Parts: sequence; C-alpha cells; structure tokens
Amino acid sequence: MEHARPPVPPVGRSVPRVDGVAKVTGRAQYLDDLDAHGAWHGATVRSQVAHGVLEAIELDPAFDWSEVCVVTAADIRGKNVIALIEDDQPALVPIGGRVMHCDEALALVAAPTRALAFAAIRSVRPRIAPRPPVFDVDAALAGAQQLYGPSGGDNVFKRFLIRKGHATDAELDAAFAAAAQVIEGRYQTSPQEQMYIEPQAMMASWQGGRCHIVGSMQCPYYVHKAMKALLACDADGVVVAQSVTGGGFGGKEEYPSMLAAHVALLAHKAGRAVKMVYDRDEDIAATTKRHPCRTHHRLAIDARGEICAIDIDVVMDGGAYLTLSPVVLSRGVLHAAGPYRCPVVRVRGRVVATNHPPHGAFRGFGAPQTTFAYERQIQKLARLRGEDPLALRKRLALRSGDTTATGQLLGASVGTDEVFAAIEGVAGAPPVRDGVNRHGAPIRRGRGVCFYFHGAGFTGSGEQRLAGRATLAATGDGFEVRSSSAEIGQGSITIFTQLAAAALGVDPAEVHVIDPTTSRVPDSGPTVASRTAMVVGAVVDRAARALRARLEAWAAEHGVTGSLAAIARACVAKAGGEITETVTYEPPPGIAWDDATYTGAAYPVYGWAACLVDVEIDLDTCEVAIQRCVQAVDVGKAINPTIVRGQIEGGTLQALGWAVLENVVYKDGKVANANMTNCIVPTFADAPDLETILVEVPYPFGPGGAKGVGEIPMDGPAAAVANAVEDALGCAFDELPISPEAISASRPRWEAP
Amino acid sequence: MKLALEVNGEPRAVEVSPWKRLLDVLRDDLRLTGTKEGCGEGECGACTVELDGEAVNSCLVAAGQCDGRRVTTVEGLARGELLHAVQRQLVACGGAQCGICTPGIAVCAAHVVDRGLVAGCDDATARARVRELLAGNICRCTGYQLIVDAVIAAAREVAS
Repeated sequence: MEHARPPVPPVGRSVPRVDGVAKVTGRAQYLDDLDAHGAWHGATVRSQVAHGVLEAIELDPAFDWSEVCVVTAADIRGKNVIALIEDDQPALVPIGGRVMHCDEALALVAAPTRALAFAAIRSVRPRIAPRPPVFDVDAALAGAQQLYGPSGGDNVFKRFLIRKGHATDAELDAAFAAAAQVIEGRYQTSPQEQMYIEPQAMMASWQGGRCHIVGSMQCPYYVHKAMKALLACDADGVVVAQSVTGGGFGGKEEYPSMLAAHVALLAHKAGRAVKMVYDRDEDIAATTKRHPCRTHHRLAIDARGEICAIDIDVVMDGGAYLTLSPVVLSRGVLHAAGPYRCPVVRVRGRVVATNHPPHGAFRGFGAPQTTFAYERQIQKLARLRGEDPLALRKRLALRSGDTTATGQLLGASVGTDEVFAAIEGVAGAPPVRDGVNRHGAPIRRGRGVCFYFHGAGFTGSGEQRLAGRATLAATGDGFEVRSSSAEIGQGSITIFTQLAAAALGVDPAEVHVIDPTTSRVPDSGPTVASRTAMVVGAVVDRAARALRARLEAWAAEHGVTGSLAAIARACVAKAGGEITETVTYEPPPGIAWDDATYTGAAYPVYGWAACLVDVEIDLDTCEVAIQRCVQAVDVGKAINPTIVRGQIEGGTLQALGWAVLENVVYKDGKVANANMTNCIVPTFADAPDLETILVEVPYPFGPGGAKGVGEIPMDGPAAAVANAVEDALGCAFDELPISPEAISASRPRWEAP
Repeated sequence: MKLALEVNGEPRAVEVSPWKRLLDVLRDDLRLTGTKEGCGEGECGACTVELDGEAVNSCLVAAGQCDGRRVTTVEGLARGELLHAVQRQLVACGGAQCGICTPGIAVCAAHVVDRGLVAGCDDATARARVRELLAGNICRCTGYQLIVDAVIAAAREVAS
C-alpha cells in the first residue's frame, strides 16, 4: 500500500526539536551524567605564574600518593603539542620549558574521588623561574619580551593587509587628502567569556591499545587530529565521540583538545577510565575568550556625502599561544570595512602574543569587534551630517552589483533593502528623551540602529580545502544521517532531519541523525563559522537526493513499488546490508579567492541584518536598561523558523550583554573575576523582549535557499546600544562594556549644561 | 548520617555526610542526573529543585538540612510519558536549545505555573513576572524570549 506523504513539506516548518523531550525531562545525558563507574577523576596543576621557565615539579612527600596517578610531560609518547594551526602550545609544559600564562597546565593527577584529586594537585609543587610578563599589546609589539617569533621581533602571530582601489600607501593618503571630511575614531572591545552552562568535560579510556574519548565538544575531528599527534597513533588508534553538549558558542572549538589530551594521558597511565569536569572557576580562568581588540578607523567623505576612502588598523591580543587567532583576525579584517560602498579601502590587522591565557573562538569570530568600530563610525557620520541614521545607512549600503573591500562582486541573496524595510516597518516613534523611572530617578532615553553583514561558511577556499563529507544510509530500519557536525543546542540534528526527510520525500520520523563519533561518521568539518546548516546541510541534502535516486532506480529495475521506506527495506534485505551514499562538498560556481593578496570572494554568501535598540539610562545609578531590541536578519530561508529565531535571539542577547555588562577582568595576567558571581551574563530580568524579523532572500546554493545564521546576530547589537547611549547622552562611547562605571566616569561629558 | 527523603513522591534513604550537597545526593547517590551543576555557587540555577514546595539551588543545600523533607526534581515533573505543561511548551515554543539549563528552568517554571503565580495577570504583567521569578536561572542559548513564551503558554494551558 502507498504510504501517505507528509502533508506539509518538512523544510520551512517549525517542527519540534528532535532532542527536545530528552532535554526537558532531564533524560539527555551530558558527559557528567554518563555512568562512569570505576572511572577516576582528573585534575590539573596550573602554573599560577604568567611567564617563566619550569625548573622542576616536586611532589610533597607528606602527601599519601599511593592512590593517585601523576602525569607530567615526560609521560607523553607522541608530540607534546595541541595540534591545531601551529604546533606551539604544549599539552603539558616540560621541565625546562616556557610557562606562557597563569593557567598553563604543568602536571595532571587522577584519583578515585574528585576530592582526593583536588587535594593531590595542592600537593604538587612546581618550581618556576619567573620572567617579566607582557600583558600590553603595545609592549608586546615593541618586543619587550620574546613571546613568539624571533628574538627582538614584534611578537605578531599573524598580520593581514587588504587593499582596494589603490596600490600604495601614498595613493591612500592622496584619497584622504582629497576628502571633504575625515572621521577618525579609536575603539576598544573587551574580552568576553562564552559562559556555556555546561563546563568543559571529557572522559577517556583505553581498550586494546585504542584510546576512546567522549566529551563535550564542537569539533570531534579537531580532537581526533590533536590526539593522533599527541598519542603518536594512526586514525584508527583513537575514537572521539561527542556527548550531549551544553553549549559551545566557539568555546568548545579548540579547548576540548586540551582536555582530551589530559584525560587520554591520565587514563593510559592509570590503566582505567578517567574523567575531567572543570569547575566553573577553572573553566573561566583557563579556557579561551573573545579576543580583546583595538580598532583605529578613519572614514573619508566626499562633498556629496559618499564614503570615498576607509583606512582601518586592527590590533588583537592573541594571548600566549597562536590557537585560532590568525583565523579570528582574518574574519575580523574581512568584515572591518562594513557593508558599505567604498572605492578605496585599506585594512591592516595584527594579532599579537601576550602572557594572557590564549584568546580564541567565540561566536562572530573577530567580526563583532570590527563591526563595533565601523558602526560607531557610521553613527558619527550621521551626526556630523545631520542625517537620519537609518536613512544614511540605507543610502550607503552594499547591494547586488556592488563590490566589497576584497573586490568581491555581490550577486544573489543580498537582503539589504529587505532588512531595512523590515526595521522601518516596525520602528515607530523614537522614545521621548527625558523622563523619570519608577524609582523616581531621572532618566534619559535614546535610540540606536546599526546595519551589518556576516560571511557564511569558511573564508576563501577553506571549504574546498576541507572538502567536508556526509553520508546518508538506508539501514533497513529507516534512514541515517552521518556527519561530524555537533548538535550543541543550535538545532543541527533537527535541521538535518528536516533536510534529509524533504530530499528523500519521507516523514521526518523515519530519519535519524546519529551522534558524531569519528569511527562512524565522515569528516564534515567543524561545527563553526555559520556553516553547519548551509554547507553541511547542502551536503546532507545532496546525499539524500543521491540515495533516493539510487533506491528509486533499483525499485524501477526490480519492479518494487511502495514508499521509499518500503523500497529501502526491500533493497537492504536484498543487498544483505545497508545502502549508503557519501557526498563531498562542491563549491558554488564562480567563487575565486586569492589568499596571497586577500582579494576575491571572501565568502560564498553573506547574511545581512539591521538592528534597532531603545535604551533608558538611570542618571543616578548610570545603568543602561535596554527597553527594546528589534533585529531583522536575512537568513536566506528559515528551514525551521523557531530554531532560527532561537539562534538569532540567543546571539542578540550575548551581544547586548557584551555591550553593557559582560567583561573579563585581567589582573597580572590572571582572570580576576573567574566565577559566575562576578563574571556576569544577562539574566531573564536583564533581557528585554526581543523582536525578531526573519527576512528570506534565498541563497541559490544553500539547502532550500538557507544561509548561515549562527554568528550574525552577535555582530551588530553592541554598536546599536552604543549608538543609542550616544543618542541619549549626547556624547560618544567607544569602548565596551558601557558599564555604569563607564557612564559615571564620563558624567562631566554628558552632564554639561 | 542516615538521610530519609521523599524524592518525586517516593521515600528514599541514603547514608551520606551531612555536609554533602543535596545536588550530589541526587546525582551521585540517587542517580537522578537530570539536575545539573553549572556553577556550584548558586548563580546559574541549573541545579534548581523544589524542597518542600520552595524552588532552591540544590548546590547550596546541605544533606543535613534535608532529612524528612520532600524534593521534586525534573524527573518528577512528568506523569509517566505525559509531560508537564511547562515541559510540553518548552518543546513546542523552542525554549530548550543546548538543554543544560532546561531541567532547572523546567522545575522553576513548573513551580510558577502550578502555584498560579502569574494567574490573572495581563500579558505584559505576566511576562514581567515570569522574568522576575526566573531571574535565578541563567540560559546562555535562547535570549530567554522563547522560554518566557513557553511559560506563559503553560500558565494559560493550566488555567484553562
């Protein structure tokens, strides 16, 4: 009998998350929930010195070490590195090695109980000969100490130069000299903690010479690569599995390799499973943050009010090791000129080594920092010209047919006009400037807007180099999607279920997305860069179409009729095993990128967004309350509108938090607020009702027209808040966070009559 | 100490240190791992349970304080396969993403809904009340909007 097709196409519909019930009932098992009977608990001895040389590691003889396993760098069989881009970060500092930051791992212990493990690390005595630390990027650039590269050098991990419309600095200077007006600003953004609610967690065990790793992570194959180097084994010598992961936001892109290294070494030496779950304090102190960033931005305007030249210099603090800093800086500089027309652009970027713990991936990946700068500049331009801030942006914005800073000619899926129209449609009258709040305190209100874009997927030829793969399988018991994309809350397994079901023409209930375990799934690339739904989703879609075509051809050949599920069952039974199709990423046509000159198509497509924020500032307490936040985002196509809204709103609140209350405070190179009491993030009570408008300008090469959405909501709202505060108080705020302390300190500027 | 508790309607007895956190008693001794630890210092609310009808952070409660008392965890919200209205609406409205804060939010939201703490409020007042009542539960994924929607929807469902 012919089965009825699902009445509504599964793409474009807000089907409930496939992991929803497990999560609301508490049945979903995160790493710390797994039955780990007999596993020992690991703990890490950290340097507590920002810079120096490790001379010795001594064990307190008064402590009973009989039930404790201790691991040092001497126990590493392979390469003592956390392999990522460059092999500069050790898994454990060896004796005689350099200590580069305060929370560097020196030794590990494992014990039957967590309490004993933590007692043991307090009885490990590292001896470190200190060297002068460098925390200031200018001192690092001046070569105060050699931290990276040759002695006497500038400690720059990576630099980029983008030139558009000019060949030499003299030509750029001429363009500025010919300008009617120049707006110059210096902007500083603060480090930000990802604050996933599940701390970093990992477990390892060895069976038959093979290392099994399970844990909280975004990128199983990153961990796999790092373990192959550390353990000196081939691809089959280590299996990496993702457990249900309680948030990532970039924070579980690189650091899980460090935990995996540590539990793998401990488990090997202890001869039993070892698990490690960080305390919140340790997690905040030791793991990566958003790069603090300084941007110097010059904007030249001609007599007609058009932007005629832009010159930008970006300096990021990379921290102690290179980690992902070059890629973060790349994305930062590629977005730095903003989504505005301009014939002459120079962007210079440097990311510098310091003795801070390494900074790393966090949603937006460099773009939020440079977006803050350019959107403050555009706001200053609007004030200078007395032009409506939204109308000015609309006048200058990139559209199809324009070129970006890298000379990329924009084609399809540029939602500029649509996102502006969406904001204009709901904006309403701006708030009345002066008032009194419910506590009787005087208040000032203001409105800010911003406009921004975000490249979806890897930069340049990254996706081609990676060549991500995914597999669709007919198992006889339904259909399986196999990819290394990690569900970290963003909804990827639901999106993949919908895409595969739509392509197969089956009910979503017949599709199962398996957990990413390196021995069972191909490498689809990491779960980063707004690429999962758009890039891997497209590969899943193609694999599903290929499988369907193969099954239908088989059915026609063998005269089998019925639903695809019935055909699949028959085909699998006949073949005596599952039927699979594995498909590799194919780049869209006409994409050319030159990595040497940093010109061409930096991204296959961009998301476009506009944001409107109304603020209210208590003039007594100097607190900024965000009263309204509207964000319109061109997502190409919302495969699951509720999930897409959730992505946008979550990213928006992280941006609003970064704007007014989040901060990581370093003191002598150590995080001074390494706990949730002092390293605050927005609560229910801090958050406004968020108004989200999904704009759909389809991307022809995205699944169903979809393009990346994960990061873009993080880019713009902080600038919109700063612009609103400036509107309310009449003076500029060019540093984040715009905290009560910052507003109070600037009282003379805004209280003047 | 010998600790006697009623957990999700069933009497339980365990031998534990009186200093052990209720969170650890639930997770380690009773293997009820739905209750999560996010910070261990009462800031994030992931470990929220009901103790004699009050929503508390179980990381801040010692076992010695719990003898003879009633505890409800996320595992106790559903009746068999029938989800609590709050759980159903969290799924329907998209109020759970990574899910690690969700058990604490579900317990706290069920407390709000079951006690009618937003009953009879107009929509704006109800939303503001929900934000105030759940302010001890941090979610980093959702921006809270869809959770507030879910709690309001659950409150309406229970009231009707």
